[in-house]
Amino acid sequence: MPHSAAWKIAADLPDPELPVVTIADLGILRDVTEDDQGRVHVQITPTYSGCPAMETISEDLVEALTAAGYQHVDVEFVLAPAWTTDWMTEEAKTKLAAYGVAPPGTVALALSVRCPQCGSLDTRESSRFGSTACKSLWVCRSCREPFDHFKAH
Amino acid sequence: MNTPPSSSSPPLRSSDEQLVGDPVRAPLFGYVLGLADDALVSAQRMSWWISRAPELEEDLALANIGLDQLGQARALLSYAGEVEGAGRTEDDLAYLRDDREFRNVWLVERPQTDFGVAMARLLVFSTWQCELYAALASSTDATLAGIAGKAVKEVAYHRDHARLWTLRLGDGTTESHDRMQAALEGEWPHVEELFAPVEGALVDPQSLRSAVLSRVEEVIVEATLSVPQVSPAIGGGRRGLHTEHLGHLLAEMQHLHRSHPGVTW
Repeated sequence: MPHSAAWKIAADLPDPELPVVTIADLGILRDVTEDDQGRVHVQITPTYSGCPAMETISEDLVEALTAAGYQHVDVEFVLAPAWTTDWMTEEAKTKLAAYGVAPPGTVALALSVRCPQCGSLDTRESSRFGSTACKSLWVCRSCREPFDHFKAH
Repeated sequence: MNTPPSSSSPPLRSSDEQLVGDPVRAPLFGYVLGLADDALVSAQRMSWWISRAPELEEDLALANIGLDQLGQARALLSYAGEVEGAGRTEDDLAYLRDDREFRNVWLVERPQTDFGVAMARLLVFSTWQCELYAALASSTDATLAGIAGKAVKEVAYHRDHARLWTLRLGDGTTESHDRMQAALEGEWPHVEELFAPVEGALVDPQSLRSAVLSRVEEVIVEATLSVPQVSPAIGGGRRGLHTEHLGHLLAEMQHLHRSHPGVTW
């Protein structure tokens, strides 16, 4: 089924923490439905339970859809099925790498993480937890640059 | 001889009255509240470490772990409010209950201002949460299953983090080894309360005991430490009986909300 106009507006919203990718790219946007009265119902899911960006995303959604002429917009947080990095689009992974954040690999495959700066695979994890809940901190042994890695989850 | 009438006594605490919004669902409310309070109180203790951890990466790690726990607590408190059916929101439950109305275990409420203690406690707590959430994820209660299915992936990271530190400190210097052992000895009396029976439980706490203990003990042995041989403490958190420390924690956590009722950002 082709996406509705409302979906396209919602899907274009940038993520507040990683503005190079949209919430649809990240797999955060789950569903957008529009009834015959023009009421829009949006479902989003957090990357991590405590993700502080969810409220901003919700406000951004209401603002963008209202600006596009939808009078009644409500946003629902859904937890099941649980978000996984497998829902992230290939395009999102390319954009993240270009932005300097190493994209996640496939869940359950423990491959080395490629340095988004120089492309080297000679990297090491310096902390499981990074600047946001969804990222870890890494250091490249080749170019010596630290970088964020979007955790496979 | 007539005894003089006693001066008017203060009203009894209403915690038990408040637990019976909907009598049929009260046990489930109590159960969900217990799990929510474990996560909430642990998150609050974890936040103490921000700016105090031994290195910057650890500041970030403990902040993120606390944030995950807070996220789990929020979802659980919202659901508890829904089950209770008395119109209480997550904020009402987090900020407007007194210590006797909290249902968390003692393990999470005591201060943890020694890094070894924080890691020993996280090792036990996250291992327990891992087993609990994994079991709850296939519960017949769809909301709890959803929250648990999400949270289980997060707490697996927490357990990993605590495991790595336990190994590093236990199998480190004499000083770090002794302090990690002392930390375990201090936390161990509070382990059994995690497995005590709870009314309304969707996962029998006792059923998690052997898996949790064997996983924790495996790490302890690998870290060249020994499994403490100590008697369990009395506990009572699930019935609203707490150590003196919870009141102080709540005073700090709740004062802003209570000083400015109804205020929003």
